[in-house]
Amino acid sequence: MELLIALAIGVLFTVGVYLVLSKSLLRILLGTTLLTHGVHLLLLTMAGLKTGAAPLLGEKAETYVDPLPQALILTSIVISFGVSAFFIVLAYRAYRSAGMDDVEGSKGERR
Amino acid sequence: MNNLLVLPLLIPAVTAVILIFLKDRIALQRIISAVSAFLNIAVALIIVYQVKTDGIQTLFMGGWMPPYGIVFVADMFAALLVLTTAVVGAAGLFFSFASIGEERERYYYYTFFHFLLTGVSGSFLTGDLFNLFVCFEVLLVASYAMIVLGGTKVQLRETLKYILVNVISSALFVAAIAYLYAATGTLNMAHLAMRVAEAGQGGVMNVFAVVLLLVFSLKAGLLLFFWLPDSYSAPPFAVRAVFGALLTKVGLYAIARTFSLIFVHDPGLTHTMIGWMAGATMILGALGALAYQDLSRIFNYNIVISVGFIAFGISLATGDSLNGVVFYLMHDMVAKALLFFIGGLIVAVTGTEQLKQMGGLIRHYPWLGWMFFILALALVGVPPLSGFAGKVMMIRSGFGELQVALSLIALASSFVVLYSLIKVFQEVFWGGERGEEEIHPLRYKAMMAPAAVLFVLIILMGVGAETVNGYVVQAGTVLADPAQYINAVMKE
Repeated sequence: MELLIALAIGVLFTVGVYLVLSKSLLRILLGTTLLTHGVHLLLLTMAGLKTGAAPLLGEKAETYVDPLPQALILTSIVISFGVSAFFIVLAYRAYRSAGMDDVEGSKGERR
Repeated sequence: MNNLLVLPLLIPAVTAVILIFLKDRIALQRIISAVSAFLNIAVALIIVYQVKTDGIQTLFMGGWMPPYGIVFVADMFAALLVLTTAVVGAAGLFFSFASIGEERERYYYYTFFHFLLTGVSGSFLTGDLFNLFVCFEVLLVASYAMIVLGGTKVQLRETLKYILVNVISSALFVAAIAYLYAATGTLNMAHLAMRVAEAGQGGVMNVFAVVLLLVFSLKAGLLLFFWLPDSYSAPPFAVRAVFGALLTKVGLYAIARTFSLIFVHDPGLTHTMIGWMAGATMILGALGALAYQDLSRIFNYNIVISVGFIAFGISLATGDSLNGVVFYLMHDMVAKALLFFIGGLIVAVTGTEQLKQMGGLIRHYPWLGWMFFILALALVGVPPLSGFAGKVMMIRSGFGELQVALSLIALASSFVVLYSLIKVFQEVFWGGERGEEEIHPLRYKAMMAPAAVLFVLIILMGVGAETVNGYVVQAGTVLADPAQYINAVMKE
């Protein structure tokens, strides 16, 4: 299972990096989203997948799953959700008011 | 346990939330902001005092003993930086009152400002790696909003790049945290330090160390500063001052903390790497500072040079150089804020950022001119001003450690700083009068006041270096001897 997820993370990273390196702003946006997804999956996988029962007192199991990475992922997802939303709105605004939809047009005018 | 440690976060955070509800009542917003800023300074002073008398202070959130739960740690290094942040933040706030404009004030400028302070103070105080990531994000999100607020084309363009760089570095940060957690099973920095020491820092641990270094370098502008000069040219000067003074320093603090506490067992790899990155940063920053003819570029490349300089001190990792790092960090936070205040004043009275279109300001604004001149000397490190003590400690131990090449680069970078700022001084304040704009004398005075306060501070820090050094040495000792930090956190 870990191997499978590791492969998925690898694919997400590859696609994410590929998209971030493209010119179109929309692709870059999607790329960062995929990249953060990959990172979140990595965080989940790194603690080991399903090594025991749910970490609740009433379960009376031999071993429990480590709850910490899940708390971390939750935090990280919320943050990346907020940042992505802001990024998307900003890109839209840049497109609407400055006519920018690729990074070529966003080169700084050298002085 | 010391509940006071949460206040440097809580005060600005609560203030920020209150200000959201006072959108159109600008006068009230200002009063609340100012009160909160002064409260923050008071709390920071108390924390510094407590650390001075009782040693390292800790706070275990929710009563969870380490390594479980989040811990806040104030050693002298963190406490001093929190104090400097509070002071610079307050000065930045007053500078904003005079210069930021009603439009921005109405659109939650002060809210973002206080959230920024929350994130910065949190990054200094937290003793948990993941919490450090969260605090980074808090300050970054606030900084995104502050850069783009106003929505001009330049701002939109630069913010897009700035966010992209930071989203990617944050992704790498989380990845590094994931790997570290897998390898060590903890995220508490003190506990991490123990585990890394037990496991031995070789092979894969070094990979994590370098990924973390990469992440923090992106935030600090150490070698990976390509985003900095453009992004920091977009917002108004009040925002630039706070960014230049605080944001890059948070990255440097993170580097100093991780590589003096956790990854200290293979300095041949990590610290050498920091050293050469620092050298390259100083050289490239110097080239930039020499090449440009406009105010904001020159100032921004001066930020880059000082980042390289401080990283040079971190890479040496001797007791003396770490004292120097602490001293110089404090000096640089105050001095960079002042540099941008003065830049803001210059642009306000001339209406341009191009050096060629300015001149002769000394006739009408003598105070501004001489303030800038003395600040330039302080940034170069001329005694008895505040930059001297830190520079001397770092360069002395640089030669002591036989890092001759790096020390020479560091020395040479000081001369470039001198040259680039004196060039600005000449062009702006000497020569024939050109390009003056009418500025309301009251507004000028209001912008001058916070600058004057920081100016006095720079002189006091230089003249009273002996007193400041008492605190600095306490900070440097903990950095040089991580066992003190670990014992303070893990004892209970």
